[in-house]
Amino acid sequence: MQFPLSSSKPGIPGAIKKRAPLAWVGQSFLIILAIIVVAILGTNLVKDPSLFAQYFISGLQLGFVYAMIALGYTMVYGIVKLINFAHGDVFMVGAFVSYYCVARFQLHMWPLNVFPSMSVGLATILGSVSVILISMLVCVVLAVTIEKVAYKPLRDAPRIAALITAIGVSFFLEYFGALSFVYTPRFIPYERPFPVTAWYIQDGIHKVVAGVSPPAGAITFSNIFLIIVVASIIVQIVLQYLVRRTKMGIAMRATSFDKAAARLMGINVDNVISFTFAIGAAFAGLGGVLYAIAYSSIWAQLGILPGLKAFIAAVLGGIGSIPGALVGALIMGQAEAMTMGFISTPMRDAVAFTILILVLLVRPTGIFGEPEQEKA
Amino acid sequence: MRKLRIFSVLILAVMILAACAPAGGSDAGDDASSASAGEIKVGVLVPLSGQVSTFGVSTRDGILLAVNQWNEKGGVNGMKIVPIIEDGQCTPDPAVNAANKVIDQDGVHYILGEVCSKAVIPVSEIASAKGVLMITPTGTADVITVNPDGTAKPYVYRACFNDSFQGAVGAAFAFDNLGAKKAFLMTDQANDYVKGLSETFKATWLEKGGEIVGEASYTSKDTDFSAIIAQIKDANPDVVYLPDYYNIVNLVMKQAKEAGLNIPFVGGDGWDSSDLDLAAADGGYFTNHYSPDIQSPEVTKFLADYGAAYKDDTGNPKVPDALAALGYDGANMLFTAIQTAGVDDVDKVAEALDNIELVGVSGTITIDEFHNPIKDLTILAVKDGKINFETVVKP
Repeated sequence: MQFPLSSSKPGIPGAIKKRAPLAWVGQSFLIILAIIVVAILGTNLVKDPSLFAQYFISGLQLGFVYAMIALGYTMVYGIVKLINFAHGDVFMVGAFVSYYCVARFQLHMWPLNVFPSMSVGLATILGSVSVILISMLVCVVLAVTIEKVAYKPLRDAPRIAALITAIGVSFFLEYFGALSFVYTPRFIPYERPFPVTAWYIQDGIHKVVAGVSPPAGAITFSNIFLIIVVASIIVQIVLQYLVRRTKMGIAMRATSFDKAAARLMGINVDNVISFTFAIGAAFAGLGGVLYAIAYSSIWAQLGILPGLKAFIAAVLGGIGSIPGALVGALIMGQAEAMTMGFISTPMRDAVAFTILILVLLVRPTGIFGEPEQEKA
Repeated sequence: MRKLRIFSVLILAVMILAACAPAGGSDAGDDASSASAGEIKVGVLVPLSGQVSTFGVSTRDGILLAVNQWNEKGGVNGMKIVPIIEDGQCTPDPAVNAANKVIDQDGVHYILGEVCSKAVIPVSEIASAKGVLMITPTGTADVITVNPDGTAKPYVYRACFNDSFQGAVGAAFAFDNLGAKKAFLMTDQANDYVKGLSETFKATWLEKGGEIVGEASYTSKDTDFSAIIAQIKDANPDVVYLPDYYNIVNLVMKQAKEAGLNIPFVGGDGWDSSDLDLAAADGGYFTNHYSPDIQSPEVTKFLADYGAAYKDDTGNPKVPDALAALGYDGANMLFTAIQTAGVDDVDKVAEALDNIELVGVSGTITIDEFHNPIKDLTILAVKDGKINFETVVKP
């Protein structure tokens, strides 16, 4: 029997759908809000399409980064029903590890040191990829450690205990990282492993030359934007393949459906859970490096806001649903970019959290989420 | 019987705690008074961590250089200067805590600091209320030394010019020297320093007949300025006024360069830092308190002393930035005033400060009726990876 989550009177199973008396107030407010948003976006699109397109591009960039983080939230929730608030800080650790690899150890230059005759382009690619892989590896180790130390002992405890622990781990990572002998309490300008170049679209695609402004109405995008989009799409494809076509994927889906039954079928539930955390952390680490390259400033509390926005994205898309994480993240990215452009930059966080409130009010299970099934 | 036992234990605990407190209080009092017999304790509040840590390191180094020079000559009125350094992080809450700590626990009568206007303002309220003389070497916001009713705050002074002067000079420079007619303003609404400069710039700009083609606000935690940069490109100004700290300037100008924006940026003394990204800030100008390129005997001696005392990571003598120069001047102002007053009395020292005339590294300093110095302003240009001296503007 499915219990609909709409506004029927609580506590009466299978009741006739009776609306609460003043539901029309809330619903008309939401409809008016939706009309206003569409109107603002529509008029701006018509008035200045290239500006709108520019915001759209930065929205895509943000959205795809949030997608990488949101995957971790949604998968972990799907499996252990835990919102891993420390996920945003794993993202931060990824950014910092890559910073140290580049700035302290110059690891992005190793192909040139080992093979001096290699072409610079190939060496840069190889070096950057190795830096990213190292960051992803460290994030994986960190996440699996967190899971084993902090979350596993609480697997049978009430869910609030695990939630509080997750928040505790998050604070621990942030402020431990802010100690001088660990990372630093300062804001660090990030050193990129590869240079960022930009192109603009106006009668064809041209490269942006330093010191020359592109013509008015031209839309600019950078190579980091392309890398983020491509990397995020690859991550989605890899994850879809993993979840649908591999044995581990079946094990993950089984465990998320019913842990005890999966154990009875011979699935090593502990390994599956650790693997889920590991995959989520790897993608968060990748997102961290790309975010740091794009926005070139890192600090120990870097992961708080993107982590929260990715969490909102996961809720918006339906927490527990992997395509939902992508869709939710893209919507969040666009919302943030449009807010920065058409309202004002400081309002973007307010809009992000307003979206969370609206989702929880209107459709708590999210876009792709299903209402909780009663297990017969 | 059990209730009586619990009750008596509680009474005993309360008595022990009560006995501790006054003893602790009088101990601290004794410490303060015994220390000032042969020493003068000065609280030094600077940001050693946070977004603008180079400000704090420079200011502290400038202050300590002055302290050591005075102590080598026998101290002030024969009393050794003891600096008590606290990290204010250029943020109101930690700065207030640090100020309260040095005043209540360490018993200082003088504070040098804080560095950023938004942290100086609450500390100045505390200093005024508790009767502690405060000189901020670098806080430029007008409201630091002036009450809302227009009177000067007692015991609060600064060693630098204020933002109404700085913003006006910035606007005049952009209008007259750069020939700009259309300006775009970027403001961090939560930062009093940026807001003050932005407002004075705008007022002067409009007075001169310039046009403001756009205004954008952001927060100090932002790292993504793509929307604002897109708006700037759309509005097509002749100049962008970005009077914020170097960490924001680095991000904004780097992203602007990557988007192909080729418009000169003008800013304020917050740009002055060894962490300023010179490649990103290329083509920018900023108003500042001093330049190491100025040929004056004070600057030359200061460069030599500072370079001898502080070396950078490669072992070369460090070149002091404006914050170090202001820290040095602010400390010298304080010690000269204490020397003139002759006694460790805050009111007499404040009087001596009101009448001071000090030839410092950042110019000749005299104090007006609002406790602000009347000083020259230096304009610097960032070009080809270096900071060059552009011009000097007299008040």
